[in-house]
Amino acid sequence: MYPEYMMESIKKVEQTRPHRLELAKKLGKQVFPRMGEQERADILADYHPDYKDDALRELRIGPNKNDKIINEVVDVMESYPRDYPETFDLNKVDIETDVLIIGAGSAGLSAAIEASETDAEILLITKLRLGDSNSMMAQGGIQAADQTDDDPVLHYLDVMGGGHFDNKPELVDALVMDAAPSIKWLEELGVMFDKNEDGSMMVKSGGGTCRNRMHSTRDYTGAGICRVLRDEVYNRPDKIKYIEYTAATELILDDKGQCAGAIIYHLESKQYSVVKAKTVIIATGGFGRLHVRGFETTNHYGATADGLVIGYRAGAKLMFMDSVQYHPTGAVFPEQIVGFLCTEKVRGLGAQPVNKDGELFVYPLEPRDIEASAFIRVCENNLGVTTPSGLKGIWLDSPLIEELSGEGTIEKNLPAMLRQYKRFDIDIRKYPMLVFPTLHYQNGGLEIDANAETTIPGLYVAGEASGGIHGRNRLMGNSQLDIIVFGRRAGRNAASKVKTGIQLGKLSLKHVTDYIKEVEELGIDKKQIAPIILPDYIPDHVKAKQLSSEFQGTLF
Amino acid sequence: MDVKHEMIKVYISGELFHVPEGSTIIMALEYAGFQLKKGIGCREGYCGACATVYREKGDYKLKGGLACQTVVTDGMAIAMIPFVPAEKPIYDLNDLTPDVGTFTQLFPSVFRCVSCNTCTKSCPQDIEVMDYVQALIRGDIAKAADLSFDCIRCGLCALRCPAEIVQYNAGILARRLYGKYLSKNSSELDARLKELDEGKFVKEIEELKKMPDDKLSKKYYSREIKIS
Repeated sequence: MYPEYMMESIKKVEQTRPHRLELAKKLGKQVFPRMGEQERADILADYHPDYKDDALRELRIGPNKNDKIINEVVDVMESYPRDYPETFDLNKVDIETDVLIIGAGSAGLSAAIEASETDAEILLITKLRLGDSNSMMAQGGIQAADQTDDDPVLHYLDVMGGGHFDNKPELVDALVMDAAPSIKWLEELGVMFDKNEDGSMMVKSGGGTCRNRMHSTRDYTGAGICRVLRDEVYNRPDKIKYIEYTAATELILDDKGQCAGAIIYHLESKQYSVVKAKTVIIATGGFGRLHVRGFETTNHYGATADGLVIGYRAGAKLMFMDSVQYHPTGAVFPEQIVGFLCTEKVRGLGAQPVNKDGELFVYPLEPRDIEASAFIRVCENNLGVTTPSGLKGIWLDSPLIEELSGEGTIEKNLPAMLRQYKRFDIDIRKYPMLVFPTLHYQNGGLEIDANAETTIPGLYVAGEASGGIHGRNRLMGNSQLDIIVFGRRAGRNAASKVKTGIQLGKLSLKHVTDYIKEVEELGIDKKQIAPIILPDYIPDHVKAKQLSSEFQGTLF
Repeated sequence: MDVKHEMIKVYISGELFHVPEGSTIIMALEYAGFQLKKGIGCREGYCGACATVYREKGDYKLKGGLACQTVVTDGMAIAMIPFVPAEKPIYDLNDLTPDVGTFTQLFPSVFRCVSCNTCTKSCPQDIEVMDYVQALIRGDIAKAADLSFDCIRCGLCALRCPAEIVQYNAGILARRLYGKYLSKNSSELDARLKELDEGKFVKEIEELKKMPDDKLSKKYYSREIKIS
């Protein structure tokens, strides 16, 4: 429950609620004016964390040398490998396959399912369990322009505008045109979308959408999709082989520069193996666990940018790694759930963000970077609420949802949110939620084309690890869409490329040897190792006594 | 996360550790120096990786919970269960029918339910597990799909079930059958698929793809917003 001083502020929220309810009944979501182009540019420049002077620094190595990118990403890029190339005998191949898929969130699982429709041999590896991913945690929705008042052209505009027109057009084209077919594909696999009695989709708006286009499976949308894909992969044991608790620590190329496999590492037995593969798909997700600028994160335990590191070392180019998505509404109270996601669907259903005095200060559904910046502005101007542990936040007035749409709306539409807070004695039907922006999504990643292929022949990337689709800011519901669209494209294309008869040359890790030389020239501390594989939350006083742990800040 | 509280005692796999009050079980394990590889996942209660059995001081009952969602109490004894070796039948959804016969064939154990309600009591998601098992016995797939919806596959129900039912695997089959066969088709979606097949929108999108940023931006900011 909230402490008394916070209840004082909640009283003010309750006092302004009837007026705000009237506004919402009259104006729908337009309870506060939306920002224009100039206003958006100004608030980003003044308050968005990416725009702070020290957010970025120059990357001194690899294909994006001299680009200014996020500090924490520079750290993992300017790192030594976990093991040296000469350790491995590439003439002794442990596993041979046609398609190697690294990562088993919804992108990797979709890729595996599509690839298994051909006769290609598939190996899927994941450093945790099948389905352990950010995909599983997504709550709010998946976009698809399938309503009569909507179309892919409007969806295209929304995606480009949300991304500040930096997005790669061919990728946005693929995203919006494949959207409706993806929904159909998922439904055929047994995903239970929220529907009305007559079978029509229950659709909501999201930040930056011009139509109601958000499909959902209650507020377990990510899980609603990902667990079905996982079950389907379990059901194809003859076609899809998988190994869990196994990370890829390096890509292998051949002497012609084609992608030819990976070095994989089993977390429990600590054994490395050489995998030879005709094509490789990186579907390793994002980087939330790098805790950019010390932000808390909504991300999965495994979100450590491993795929970016191994892809970049092999020569794949990065795109938009100068931007981070902070989800406007991360929990800041109670302490046990700090950083956790409060889905955008909460605002989609009518909850309004208000300051400590219960006053509206922003249109509730601006694109995420704009909305997040508005929250930060309020807190920097001391109009937020401070928690007992010193964090700041603004109120997301959830009780308004039931006043707008009737009792039971929250239980029906936001069961996960309701449960999350109930576990810590807060009933979000009666009390608002205290929120602040939390590190949510890696807008950029490894650059792909519309086939999901990189500039390295035979190397594909799908999902959050890829870059270009969302420009510098992703809209809600477009990530659940992109993992399906590009997961399927990657799977299909990687498998069909195998059919064209790829001839692999001599396997090589020369790119890693060369990379190490460059890292050495920079004078980097030998203890700086990547990929990280798992984050480390052991407290310093314990860490100081773990003398035999080989690397700092990484799994030993 | 900064946790500045009194220290309390917990027993991790039988061994005593002192951890800060207010920690979740995961935070307590990490404070104690464990870097977890198994029994950990999303850390937010969505993935079911961290099923844990625990007993509180002075209580004889063994309780189940998610380690990322359960706060430790003084004297708590904890054992994590990172994996449940339960049976998972293999099927092709295209060959199945959404009826009780499918469950008789693939999940015969479901019909051994003795209505003891232990599964429901053990569920960290507060799902009415026994009720959805009973719905399956009656052939009410829609009900079972609805009631089991919030399942995160942690496996605690199956571990406690005296009838050896693997509830969570039966639950996902019910949901997939419902999604594929029982929920009505969306006519708008089907109409859109037809339009896409006919190549509608291709030309317009091609034009947008070639449009200079300033023109595209103008188009974007002047688009009509129709949301509810």
